[in-house]
This record gives sequence, structure tokens and C-alpha cells, in this order.
Amino acid sequence: MIDFVLPSLGADMDEAMLVTWLVEPGDHVEYGQIIAEVETDKGIIEIECWHNGVVDELLRRPGPDKLAVGTPLARISVEEMETAHEPSEPRLPSAPPDHRPRRSPTQSPPPIRHLAHSLGVDMDKVAGTGANGSVTREDVQRAARKSASPGEERSPEEVRVKASPLARARARELGVNLQSMTASRVDGLIVEADVESVGVAAIEPEDKVAAMRKAITRSMSRSKREIPHYYLATRIDMDRALTWLEDVNSELPITKRVLPAVLLLKATARAVSEVPDLNGHWLDEGFRPSKPVHLGVAISLREGGLVAPAIHDADTLELDELMEHLRDLVTRARAWRLRGSEMSDPTITVTNLGDRGVDTAFPVIIPPQVAMVGFGKVIEEVVAVDGKPEVHPVVHATLAADHRVTDGHTGGLFLTALDRLLQRPEDL
Amino acid sequence: MNREQARDLIFDVLADIAPEVDRDDVDDSLDLTEQLDLDSMDYLTWMIAISEKTGLDIPQRDVSRFLTIDGAIGYLMDKVVIR
Repeated sequence: MIDFVLPSLGADMDEAMLVTWLVEPGDHVEYGQIIAEVETDKGIIEIECWHNGVVDELLRRPGPDKLAVGTPLARISVEEMETAHEPSEPRLPSAPPDHRPRRSPTQSPPPIRHLAHSLGVDMDKVAGTGANGSVTREDVQRAARKSASPGEERSPEEVRVKASPLARARARELGVNLQSMTASRVDGLIVEADVESVGVAAIEPEDKVAAMRKAITRSMSRSKREIPHYYLATRIDMDRALTWLEDVNSELPITKRVLPAVLLLKATARAVSEVPDLNGHWLDEGFRPSKPVHLGVAISLREGGLVAPAIHDADTLELDELMEHLRDLVTRARAWRLRGSEMSDPTITVTNLGDRGVDTAFPVIIPPQVAMVGFGKVIEEVVAVDGKPEVHPVVHATLAADHRVTDGHTGGLFLTALDRLLQRPEDL
Repeated sequence: MNREQARDLIFDVLADIAPEVDRDDVDDSLDLTEQLDLDSMDYLTWMIAISEKTGLDIPQRDVSRFLTIDGAIGYLMDKVVIR
């Protein structure tokens, strides 16, 4: 039996409100399963459980109380075999261990299953069109659209949910799924206030933006106060990489095409795995390197502000997988729905401001990380090829790194590796 | 597909990506990504949504026709036949 506690959600967040449970006592939970949602300055965050077991008791009810990181939320009877998989870093309790969840190829990953759950789609009844017959995001969305056709009767499950008429109306308005909710009342009836607490993310964007601005202020002030930054920059010839990508994309339907930014992300993840002193966290006792590369990606939100959630094990993902992860992450970030592990455990972050037209970015490291990589836009410049001038697409890459951990020499090795990897895009 | 249908479709899918955009304020002849502050992922998502709505697979070589609203309208008027 273990206590499932509110995990750390990043260096600048030490409390959160419990918004909803996605499990009940008696439910079986799997490694990596999203079991609750909390609200923080950075929006609604989905919290994963890193054990296989059975939910014994829910200790907290959803509500407006701010809970500190480490607060026990539930008791879980853990299956013995899985205890070895417990996170090894006590400072970052939600960080997933190095082992990725094992699953058969026909199973769909937790994000897809969670999407199905939140849309009220039964995964067993969806015909999968993905690799090995796995169910894809599109399959789930299609099934959800079908069942939501106007004029159709409610599914039996939906009828079973006890909710007040007002709550039902508000849930429809806000697009909240009643089935994924827990009632605050003892008799289990879902009332309007419950729906409101779940749907709050959709209602007050100004407040969310203001809260996020505060979180960014805290984090960036700490960075500038504590981290002795050094900066290095290099110009990378993108001719080979972009020509190769253009060729690859020309064979693919538009839904499968890969953005140039994905090449930059993959090359960064690979390069940092070669120069591990840039990958990890600065904690009280000093630098703690990380073997896996959980690549943070800075995503700006249309209402203002930004988040930098992680793509886990980015160095091991194929380009198409990385593209899919990036798309998923951007979509959920903009909907203010990220997961606890994504928020807490980037080991290095990339900002790609090229899309906004700047030539060079000078990143500010996000504590407790110790490095950040910036890319400008791809521009055409004159480069020397075999002693003759030619016009090639180039990108200006910048590294900001923490002088407490590394010196310019190490940073230089990283940028050199980055350049080398981008000259062989077919191996990425 | 006529000009008006094409423009409506283009802005309908854009509303999912950039909900704050007012279609009456957009200059159809200007660079779309810059005017509406779209990044490369938004831009691709927008083209995928157009492709899904119309059933067109937009080949890579035609992507440059989507740099402006006018370009996209012209493309849809050329390619989409409504029965």
C-alpha cells in the first residue's frame, strides 16, 4: 500500500487544486495512467500514476483548496512486481523512471486511451487504423463525432450519471464530460458547481494568463538571479537537411509530413545525449545528470504566456513519432491541458523562435535545468562551399548554459555535435 | 467551389486554430503566418484541416500556394468541385 501524493509540477509550482478524479476506489490502475486532474498557474495538469495496482481509497475530494506538493491524495495497493519501477528521484516525484511502459504494439498509448475516456468513447469498440491495428487519435475523434451526432439518444452510460439539470446544461456549454467527474456532494449527485470547477479552464482566460505571467516571472527571476549563464552561437548550414526533408515530405500525405523544427529537436536531443553534462537538473546538492533526454519545447500560447512541457525520451523517437508528439503537445498546451510529468521533468529545453521571424534567440535557462537551446528562423545566407560562395539556407543556433556545471568547451562540443548531426539528416 | 465558399471554409477551419481572428479584418493578399501570428505547426494544422474538409491531399509542391488567403482561395477554386 502506498500513498499517491501530489507530484511536483515543476520548479516554480508548489501547490495545486484537485479538479477531478478519473478513477474510483476499486479501479485497477496501470503504469502511466492519468488518474486525476489538478489546476495550477499553468492550467489544468493531468496527473499520472507510476504504479500498477488498485485504488484503495481517495483521500481528497475535488475542491478549491490549494494542496501542497507531497500531499497524499489517494492510497494505492501496489502490485509487488512493479515496485522496482518507482521513480528514483525524490526531488521530482512525478518524473517517470527511465523504463518506458511496456505495451504490446496493438495497444494504444495512454494519451489515446485518455482521450477516449474523456470523450466517452469505448476503446474496445473502435476499429483501429494505426500501425498493427492500434487505435489512433483520429479513430477516437471519429468515434466521438459519430456518437455525438445530433438527434441521437444518450448512451446508457451517460444516462447513469447522476447530475442536476443545471449541471448537465452547463456541462454541454463548457464541453465537460460528466462521466469523468466526481461529485462533491455525499449523495454523488453532480451539481453545477462541480461542472464549473472542471470547466473553469475554459471560462476565464484573462485570469489564467495573469497567473501564468506570475509563474513565468518567478521562474525567470530565479534563473537570472541564480544561474550564471554563458552563451555560445553557431551557424548551421541547413541545405542538406531541408533538401532531404523536402524529398521525404513530397512522398507523404499532408497528415504525415514532418516540419523542419522536428529535425532541429531530434538533432538537439541526440547531441545532448552525447554531451550529458548539459542534460539534467541543478538541485541543492549540485548537478544531477539525467540519462534520458526529456526535451522541453517552448510553446507560446495565443492568449499570451508560454509553457515548456517535455517530450519524453526524445533522442530515441523516430522523426514521425517526434512530429506526432509535438503536434499532440502543442494542441494540449493551447487547450491548457498538460500532464504532470511533462511539466516537471524536462531535462533541457529548446526554443524555436524562428517561426516568429527572429534570426537568433538568446534563451534564459528554466531552473532547475542547466541549459537551453535556441533556434532562429531558417534564412538564406552566403556560405563558402569548396572555396566558392553559394547561397544556402542556414539556421543560427544558440546555447545558453549554466557555468556552475559546464564551461564553454562543453557547450562548444554540443554545438559541434548538433551541426554534424544536421548534416546527416537521414540518420536522425 | 466559388470564392465565397472557399473563403468561408478557410476561415471556418482557421477559427479552431486562431479563435480570436476576425475574418473581416484579414487582408487576403498578405502573408498569412505573419499577419495572424501562426507558427509552422499552426500553419500545417490549418492545411491539414482544409485537406480533411475538402478531401484534397495537398501535395508538398503546392504548399506555397497557401501563403496567403488569396492563394488558398484560388487553389480551392481550382481544385474543389462541388457536386
